[in-house]
Amino acid sequence: MGVTPDNALLDELIKRRLDELLPQKLEEKLAELREKKTPSMTIIATKGTLDWAYPPFILASTAAALGWNVSMFFTFYGLNLLKKDISDLKVSPLGNPGMPMKMPFGPDWFRGINWNIPNVIEAGIPGFESLATVLMKQTIHNKGVASIPELRSASIEAGVNLIGCQMTVDLFGFKHDDFIPEVKEYVGAATFLPMARDADVSLFI
Amino acid sequence: MTTAVLDAKGLNCPLPILKAKKALQGVPAGGLLEIYATDPGSVKDFEAFCRQTGNELLASSQDGNVFKFVIKRLR
Repeated sequence: MGVTPDNALLDELIKRRLDELLPQKLEEKLAELREKKTPSMTIIATKGTLDWAYPPFILASTAAALGWNVSMFFTFYGLNLLKKDISDLKVSPLGNPGMPMKMPFGPDWFRGINWNIPNVIEAGIPGFESLATVLMKQTIHNKGVASIPELRSASIEAGVNLIGCQMTVDLFGFKHDDFIPEVKEYVGAATFLPMARDADVSLFI
Repeated sequence: MTTAVLDAKGLNCPLPILKAKKALQGVPAGGLLEIYATDPGSVKDFEAFCRQTGNELLASSQDGNVFKFVIKRLR
């Protein structure tokens, strides 16, 4: 039986009706799936200093607190953040013109002064980096902001996946034993990229 | 049912949220959690937290520089 005129008419009517109904139905279904899906985030952490440790851990722990699925990929200097003892992360003021340099002690008028130290002094005086780190940590503590070890524990507790870059481990001659046992796995970019693709939010820090 | 209380005064982002999440785990469904915080960012944070986690923000008030939130655990 070929396409009779009645069938052709039927097909035309069905097609027209579908064109009317389908977009709306699709919209509704997509919205429904979007609602139900658990938000997910991947973060690539590439820095290992105190100031750069905050963004990845704060974002990861907060997202986990909101119920999201979070995976963090630590590569290059980011591997520093997976070390067993991370209470001694440093921060350098050298070449860091964006860093406010205010003393975390003393009367209010004193605390308000921004000490613009020239790079040549920061580079020339030994121990300046340690001084800056100590003052930064004091500032952080004064304002009731969590320490990095605290944030990392909170992230682990909240189920954040910590993933190490195997290439970087090899590159800098590290061993898995240098890092905390809670690291889920050590993989390469080819394994990590599909995770990033599926995530709703993907950040590079 | 006794209301659980969380004192998050003096703590800054993201600690109020992190501690609230932990405290809520010990609250039975239908129970309440009272939170005190001084972080001004926590007002919006707790609204978002409740929306994202499906819990109900029953009250949000301010007394001086202390904010008070009451969250009901729905599930």
